[in-house]
Amino acid sequence: MADILALVEHRQGAVRDVTFELLTCGRKMAGTLNAKLTGVVLGHKTDDLVARVRNHAHRLIVMDSEVFENFNAETYQHALVKIIEREHPYLSLFANTAFGIDLCPALATQMGYPFTTDCIGVEIVDGQVRATRQLYDGKLDAQVRLTAADSYMLTMRSGACPAEGSDLTAEVERIETLVASQPEYRKFIEYIEAAVGDVDITKADVIVGVGRGIKEQANMPMIEELAKALGGVVACSRPVVDANWLTKDRQVGSSGKTVKPKLYIAIGISGAFQHIAGMKSSDTIIAINKDPNAPIFNEADYGIVDDLFKVVPVLKNKILELKK
Amino acid sequence: MDLIVCLKRVPQTAEAEVQIGPSGKEIVRDRLTFDMNEADSYALEEAILLKEKFGGTITVISLGLPDAEDTLRIALAKGADHAIRIKAEDFGELDGFKTASLLKDALVNVKFDVLLTGCVATDDSLYQVGPVLAELLGAPHATLVGKIEIAGEKAHVNRELEGGLIEHLEMSLPAVFAVQTGINEPRYASLIAIRRAAGKEIKLLGKDDIPSEHRVNSTLEKLFVPPAGKRAEIMTGTADEVSARTASLIKEKGLI
Ligand SMILES: Cc1cc2nc3c(=O)[nH]c(=O)nc-3n(C[C@H](O)[C@H](O)[C@H](O)COP(=O)(O)OP(=O)(O)OC[C@H]3O[C@@H](n4cnc5c(N)ncnc54)[C@H](O)[C@@H]3O)c2cc1C
Ligand SMILES: Nc1ncnc2c1ncn2[C@@H]1O[C@H](COP(=O)(O)O)[C@@H](O)[C@H]1O
Repeated sequence: MADILALVEHRQGAVRDVTFELLTCGRKMAGTLNAKLTGVVLGHKTDDLVARVRNHAHRLIVMDSEVFENFNAETYQHALVKIIEREHPYLSLFANTAFGIDLCPALATQMGYPFTTDCIGVEIVDGQVRATRQLYDGKLDAQVRLTAADSYMLTMRSGACPAEGSDLTAEVERIETLVASQPEYRKFIEYIEAAVGDVDITKADVIVGVGRGIKEQANMPMIEELAKALGGVVACSRPVVDANWLTKDRQVGSSGKTVKPKLYIAIGISGAFQHIAGMKSSDTIIAINKDPNAPIFNEADYGIVDDLFKVVPVLKNKILELKK
Repeated sequence: MDLIVCLKRVPQTAEAEVQIGPSGKEIVRDRLTFDMNEADSYALEEAILLKEKFGGTITVISLGLPDAEDTLRIALAKGADHAIRIKAEDFGELDGFKTASLLKDALVNVKFDVLLTGCVATDDSLYQVGPVLAELLGAPHATLVGKIEIAGEKAHVNRELEGGLIEHLEMSLPAVFAVQTGINEPRYASLIAIRRAAGKEIKLLGKDDIPSEHRVNSTLEKLFVPPAGKRAEIMTGTADEVSARTASLIKEKGLI
C-alpha cells in the first residue's frame, strides 16, 4: 500500500495549527492502512519548520528555497506535481484553508486524481476513499465516495480532526528544489495585516454578536443598547461586515477574529462553522434565533428560539433592572 | 475587457428547514426559495464594475435546471450582455469537477480577460469550480479574492486569508478569480431592466452541443442529518419570561 502525504502549512515563518490536525488525520489513516505518513515541507530556511513537525510524521520531504518562503499556489503546484509523481501516494491531504483551497483543486485536476474538499470525516472502504462533507449551510451532511483510482486528494476542514500529540521521529529527506522562480503570471507581493479598529473585541468579557438576522442597519442600535447595558462590545458575523454595517475588526470567525469572552450572545446568527471557529471557546454562549434548527444551537449553552426583535429589547430592560 | 461570470442558482437554506427526499440523495425542493448564490452576486457586480471602467462585454453562464434562467435574467437586467444555460437535466449527477468541465466545454471558444466565479456555492460548499475551471482552461487563478485592480496587462489581487490577513498578488490576464463576499456592494436590478431582460435570448446548450464524456470525481452515497452536537438548553416561555431567565443567568455568572 502506498503512503499518505500531508502538506505542512506555514505562514510568516510559523507552522499553522491546522497542520497538526492534518498530520493527526494522516497518521490515523496511515495506521488503518498499515502505511506511512509523509509530511511535505515547502519553505525557506526550513530548519525551524522541520523541527516543529518532526515528531508528527514518519517521514518528511523538504524543499528549501526562497521561492517557497511565502505560499504561492502556482509554485506549490509545480513542486507537488514533481513530488507526487515520485512518491505515488495513495492519498494526499491538505487543509481546507485559504491556501489549501487555492492549491488542491487545481493540483488534483492537473494530475487527474479524484478529490473532494472541506471534508469533516474520511474513511477507506474497500480500497476507496469515502468522505463526509457538510452541505446547505451545515444543515445536512453528505457521504461521498471518490471515483476509483490509485491516488486521491482531500482537503480537510479545520477542527474536523483535533490535533493529538505524537512521538515519531521523521526521517528527513531534503530534495532538490525543482521550481526556479515564481511564474510571471502569479507573483506573491506581500501580506497586508488586518486593519486595527477602535475597539479590540478580543479583550472584551462580554460580546454581543449580531448576524444577518438583524436585517438592516437601522436595527443596529438595538444591539448596541443591549451591549451597553451589559457593559460589553458589539461584534458580528461576516455578512454584517460585507454589508458595511460594522467594520472588519468586529468580525468573529475564521476570516475575522477569534474571541474567548466570558459571555457571547449570538443574535440572528445561524452558526456557520466559519463563525463558530471564532467563538466556540467562549465560557458561556447564549443564542437567540427564530430557527430551531439553526446550527448555532449545537454550540450554544442556552438558546432562545424566538424573534430577536421581540426578545432583545425586553432582555435589555431586564438586565438594566437587575443592575439597579 | 471581456468578462465571464459563472452563476449558480441555489436554495436559500440559512433560515429554512432542509428535508431529505425519498431517494436519500436529494433535498425536497418544493418549499425552498432559490436565488443567485451569494458570492456569485458579488462576482457579477465585480464584472459590471470592470465593464463600466474598461468597456467590453459580460457573458454569464449557469449549469442548471430551467429555473436557472431566472437567475441569468437577473444578471442580464443588471448589465450582462450574453447568457448561456447548460441544461443540467441532460447531464446526470454532477460534482465540482464535472461542473467545471462542462463549463469549460461551453466556454472554450468564448474569449475572456477575466473570468469570475464565487469562491463557494452555499448548497454543496465545494470551493472547487473556479480553480478547476481555471486549470482546465489553462489560465492562472486566485481564490477568496477580496479586491481586484487592473492596470494594463496586470491585475493586483488581494486574497483573504484566515484571521483577516490579506495576501497581495500580481497576476497577468487572462485569469480566473473566485471572489469572496464583501468585495463590493451588489446592485439591485431595476424593475424596468428586469422587464426588458425578460425578452432577451438565453443560449441553451445540451448533450448534443457538449457531447464528450465527463467523469465525476465523487459520487453522493447519501445525505443525512448531522448527529446532534451538545444541544443548547432551550428556554421556553414568553419573551418576558425567557428574557428574565437569561438576565438572571447572566447575573448569577457575575457578569452584571
Ligand atoms: C472562506 C470563508 C470565510 C468565512 N469567514 C467567516 C467569518 O470569519 N465569520 C463569519 O461569521 N462568517 C464567515 N463566513 C461566512 C459563513 O459561511 C456564513 O455565511 C455566515 O457566518 C452567515 O452569517 P449569519 O449567521 O449572520 O447569516 P445567516 O446564515 O444568513 O443566518 C441568519 C440567521 O438569522 C436568523 N434570523 C433571521 N431573522 C431573525 C429574527 N427576526 N429573529 C431571530 N433570528 C432571526 C435566521 O434564522 C438565521 O439563522 C465565511 C465564509 C467563507 C466562504
Ligand atoms: N452549476 C454551476 N453553474 C455555474 N457556475 C457554477 C456552478 N456551480 C458552481 N459554479 C461557480 O463556481 C463557484 C464555486 O462553486 P463550488 O465549487 O460549487 O463551491 C460558484 O460560486 C459559481 O460561481
